[in-house]
Parts: sequence; C-alpha cells; structure tokens
Amino acid sequence: MLATLVVFLPLIGSITAGIIVFMPSDDKEVQSRRDSAAQIATCTGLVLSAICAIFIFKDVALGGHAYTYELFTWVDSGTLEVSWALKVDTLTSVMMIVVTVVSAMVHIYSIGYMHHDNSIPRFMCYLSLFTFFMLMLITASNLMQLFFGWEGVGLASYLLIGFWYNKPSANAAAIKAFLVNRVGDFGFALGIFAVFMLFDTINLDAIFAAAEGKKDAVLNVFGGDFHALTVICLLLFVGAMGKSAQLGLHTWLPDAMEGPTPVSALIHAATMVTAGVFMVARLSPLFEYSDTALTVVTLVGGSTAIFAATVGCVQNDIKRVIAYSTCSQLGYMFFACGVSAYSAGIFHLMTHGFFKALLFLGAGSVIHAMSDEQDMRKMGGIWKHIKVTYVLMWIGSLALAGVWPFAGYYSKDTILEAAYASHTGIGLYAFWIGIAAALLTAFYSWRLLFMTFHGAPRADEKVMAHVHESPMVIILPLVVLAAGACFAGYLGYENFVGHNSAEFWGNSIIVLDSHPALENVHHVPTWVKYLPLVVGAIGIALAYVLYIMAPSLPGMIAARFRFIYQFLLNKWYFDELYDMLFVRPAFKLGRGLWQTGDGLLIDGVGPDGVSAVVRNVARRAAALQTGYLYHYAFAMLIGVVALVSWYLFAHVG
Amino acid sequence: MLEIGLGHYLSVAAILFTLGIFGIFLNRKNVIVILMSIELMLLAVNINLVAFSSYQGNLVGQVFAVFVLTVAAAEAAIGLAILVVYFRNRGSIAVEDINMMKG
Repeated sequence: MLATLVVFLPLIGSITAGIIVFMPSDDKEVQSRRDSAAQIATCTGLVLSAICAIFIFKDVALGGHAYTYELFTWVDSGTLEVSWALKVDTLTSVMMIVVTVVSAMVHIYSIGYMHHDNSIPRFMCYLSLFTFFMLMLITASNLMQLFFGWEGVGLASYLLIGFWYNKPSANAAAIKAFLVNRVGDFGFALGIFAVFMLFDTINLDAIFAAAEGKKDAVLNVFGGDFHALTVICLLLFVGAMGKSAQLGLHTWLPDAMEGPTPVSALIHAATMVTAGVFMVARLSPLFEYSDTALTVVTLVGGSTAIFAATVGCVQNDIKRVIAYSTCSQLGYMFFACGVSAYSAGIFHLMTHGFFKALLFLGAGSVIHAMSDEQDMRKMGGIWKHIKVTYVLMWIGSLALAGVWPFAGYYSKDTILEAAYASHTGIGLYAFWIGIAAALLTAFYSWRLLFMTFHGAPRADEKVMAHVHESPMVIILPLVVLAAGACFAGYLGYENFVGHNSAEFWGNSIIVLDSHPALENVHHVPTWVKYLPLVVGAIGIALAYVLYIMAPSLPGMIAARFRFIYQFLLNKWYFDELYDMLFVRPAFKLGRGLWQTGDGLLIDGVGPDGVSAVVRNVARRAAALQTGYLYHYAFAMLIGVVALVSWYLFAHVG
Repeated sequence: MLEIGLGHYLSVAAILFTLGIFGIFLNRKNVIVILMSIELMLLAVNINLVAFSSYQGNLVGQVFAVFVLTVAAAEAAIGLAILVVYFRNRGSIAVEDINMMKG
C-alpha cells in the first residue's frame, strides 16, 4: 500500500541512521563515510516518501478515493477498540504533501547546513523520526493514534531543539518547549477522555457519524451541566493551542529557535506547529456543532495573529522574527477555522508550509554566509554577495506578505474574506485584526530584508570578507520551496477554496449550512478584496522609509515611545509574567518539598531518624561495657541472684 | 556451754563467701586479691560441703571437698601463671588498668 510506504519509509531511514549513531568511529574517513550513509538512507527514504505522497494526492484528493487502511489492532479493552490504521482522505493527502515535501527538502538542505557538525547521523535520525511521527499524526484514524503522533512529534521537537546539548540555552529551550506542550497535551488528553465518555468510541469515523445525534448532549463538569461538544472542543483546542503556539501557550516557540535552522524550518514553521490547525480541521464535524468553541478559536487565533505580529516588528534576531511571524500566521489559520473556513485554513497551512520553510532555510543560508551570526543589527549590505539567497528571500517575503501572484496572496486573502463574510461580531474582529496583522507582516518582512541585505555593512571586515553563497545542496531545496511559494497558491486555489472545493474535500471537512463564511467569500465587497493588498503595500513602504530612506528614524521612534518599544521588545512581558506566576512558585514549591518534605520529614523520620536512634542506643549500650572485670562479675552475680530468686519463688516456695 | 551446730558452720561459710564476693567488687588494687577472693569463696563452699557431710553422715560431701581443693589448686596455678604473663606484657596488674574490653 502506498500510504504505508509514505509513513514507514522515514521510520526505516531513521532506524538506519540510528544504528549508525551507535557505531561511531575514531577514524575520520570511516566516520565521514558513515555520515554519508546516514544522509543517503534518510534522504532517499524521504524523497521516495514524497513521491509516493504525490501519487496518493493524485489518487485520493484529485481522484476522490478516500480510504482507511487497517494495519492491526492496538488496544481491545471492553468497549474501547483502537487499531493502527491509516486514514487517507483529502485532508491527510494534502498534509502528506506538505510534510513529506518540506521534510525531504529540509533533509537535503541539512546535508549542506550541518556539514561541520560532528553528530550528523543523530541529526538525520531525529529528523526522519520526526517525519514518521508527523505522518502518523496526520494519518490517524482514531484519537489515540493522533495522540501517539502528537506526543511523538513533541519528543522529536524536544530532541532537536536540544540537539546542541552542550549549550545550556538549548537545553533550557528544549525543556521549556516540552513543558509548555504538556499543558496543552493535558487538555488534549482530557478532551479524548470526554469524547470516549460521550461517544463510547474514539474512532474518528464513528465519532463524526454520531456527532449530529449528540449535538444537544450535556456533560457534567465540576457539578455544572455544560454543552458536551463545547467542552470537548475547548479541551481539544487547548491541546491545539499548545502545539501550535497560540497566545498563552506560545512562549516556547521563539525559544525553540535555539535548535539548528533546518529544525526551525521543518518542525517550528512548516509542519509540527500546524498540527493544531490540522486537528481542528480534522475534527470539524465536532467543532461545527459548538458555536462557543468556534468563537474561542477565532478569538485566540486573531489575538495571536496581532500579538505575534507586533512583537515580530521589534525583534533583532533574524530567526526570532520569522518565529513570531510563524506564530502570527498560525493565528490566521486558527481564525479561519474559527469562522468555519477550515479549507482556507488548511490552504494557508500548505502555502505557509512552503514559504515559511523557504524563509527559515533562507535565513539559515544567510546565517551560514555570515559565519553563524543571527543578529540583524550586525548584518546589512550583503545582497551583492549572496544574490541567489537574496532573491529567494524576496520570494518568501512576497509570499508571506500576500502579494499577488504569490502563494500567500491566495490563502491569506481567502482567510480575511472569509472572516469578513462570516458576518459575525467575532468574524469582523478577526477581519480587522487580520488586516492590521497583514500590515505588520509586510512591515517586519521587509524590515528583515532591508536590515539583512541592504544598507551599510555592519559586520566586521573579517566576517564580510568571508560572506559567500551557499553550496548547491543548500540552494536546491530552497529553489523547490520557492517554486511552491510561487505557484502553490495559484494552482491550489480552485480546488482548495474555489469552485471545486466541495468535491475536492469530500467528507474530510464538514461545514454546516449555518456557517456559510466560505461560500460568501465570492460575494464580499471589492474593497475587502483589495484592502489586504493595500495594507501590504503600506507596510512595505513603511519599512522602506524607516530602514532605507531614514535609517535613524526607527531609533528615534523607539526612544520616543520608549514604553511601547520596551513592551514589544520584551514580548508583552509574557515570559516575565509566567516566570512570576508559575516558574518561581514551582521552584519554591519544589524547593519546599525537597528541603522540608523530603529532607526534613522523610529523611528525618526514615533513614536518618532510624540511623540516629540506632547510633544513640548503641552508644549507650557501648558505655555499659566499661571493661572493668568486677563490673562484669557484678552483673553475673545480679543475674545469678535474680535467677535463683525466680527459681525459689516460682518452683520451690 | 554453747554447742556448735550446723547453723554456726553455715554462718561462717556464708560470711566467708560474702567476704569473697566483696573482695572481688570492692577491690581496686590488685588482680591477685581477686584470685585470693575466689579462693576464699571456694573455701566457703568447702566448709558447707564438709558441714553437711558431717551433719548427714555421708562421706560423699567430703570427697567432693577434696576434689574442690584440687581444682582450686590447679586454678590458682593457672591464674597466677596468666598473671605473670600479663604483667610481663602490660607492666601492671592493677585492676583499674585492666579495661581493654571497654566499649
């Protein structure tokens, strides 16, 4: 079966590379041969997997042959029946394309980018392992399998963020990512339990079939009766918020940039962080029956979009700017889902996967050229030296800002139009927020471009002399992704959100008639259609004015609005807030439990207490042994007297 | 004229025995005194044996007393020998110096 190949080829590659990890060699030449073997194994697996995915896309999405392929039963306990099965429908096949193609490109890119690293097999192993888990996630036919993939990608993300484990900051970021995701996963797990409680099954098909019958069901939570589907959807959405770095649980994503750049591109831009969006779209038959949940999704998505965009405008680390941009774009996808335009959300997910991976890998190419410098304040004026990267970054930025005819234009505009066309209060909120975020998106994208490539060089001469174009193995994947960023929107538009969308998506996405946002997209006023373009142009012009025409202006503005600038620079003080609310109390609690609970109570009463008592008694017992002969004789006499007395009283007298 | 009976003998024996015991306990000076005290206690026992033997007209008690004397002589010889060796090793036979078993 083709789907099995798609899913398991990366796993085979990962295991192969993993075996190579365990046979290191001191001989440089042997080691380099083994590195190459790992690279070839994983890259071949991924490329084959991507090719299969394209065939599946043709068959399933374009041909309309959705199917579920059962591998074997996993859990069979009472009424809980869970099997390993690959559910392949249009939604899955679209995700497969994004995951495998981007992953294959990142694998190839990594050959060049990680060239100097001395644990290449480990890196390739993790990358492929991640891809396997991601594919498991998107092919899940039940919530448990989805959760398996969900946790698996979390693990791979942890391993890859902390890939350079001798860097304390990388370890801290990895732990942070893992912990913040646990918060989300807690909600997700509760959601799955609630689903099982309500539906008595966690198989997706069975749930979707039963969803309509349960639309008025109530669930008792903490003594109150609540609309069951709302509770379920909100709990599941908490999981999605964690994985997709939505406002509140977003703090791990910017820190995750501590990992190698290919990881940022693959996991923290194109695939894993979109798992939340995928999940909401996958569970559209549930979300459709809960207006409250949809409103929350829209609200969180919109707020994230604007929050991350504002922060992105003042960051100086090139990767962090793109990370916040990712966060912001994920917000777009979520509010698209929130206004029931799931297909628009997935469309944006796909185009975003291409151009954001392109931007990240391009940034990696820049960092590579600048001798591992990530601070944009120390770049500038390098476009002449790395023209290909420059052009590719332009393409990525154009797509991100939604300029016609690049991919982002089609998907982002559809989302904004859908938000407007939903004609609900929250939809309009999302629309205007989205417009504002689009302005900021264009602004920070070109700020990045201008600061990185234009102006006077701010790096020292040694670095500038060393600036060089990246090798072919780095450029080639970028070109493929750039092609995606250019054409994916145009090619996908009709199928994803245009007139063919109903047959294209089939049963994989369900939208109730009472949520016609996407159908109304074609009837929005003209100004709604052009507004995103106009604000995009304004944003670009603003960046041009501030960073090319008058480079001293940003500093003056920052000094003038010092408070706002500091507020944005410190990311709305989220980290500080969480530090104060959760991290410190947790440390305090931990220290209390350690010192008082464990040290004082458990150790004090347990091992230490017992040993102290024994030592004390023993010391006294030892003191009895004076060593003087007459003391022993005296003791003997007392004994004899006692014995004789007892004998006399008891037996004789 | 007071007739000396069994009670008197037993009293003397008991007094001797008690003296022997206190000789062991209250003595702070010399291990030889302890040996002498043990000897004293054995003699007290002998007096008892002989007294009962005479009282009951049974010779076994007196035979037993002879045995005890023999054993006491042997014990004294061995005890003194140990003491001599001990003095050679440690340079002192004061009771207070002998506390190597102290805990």
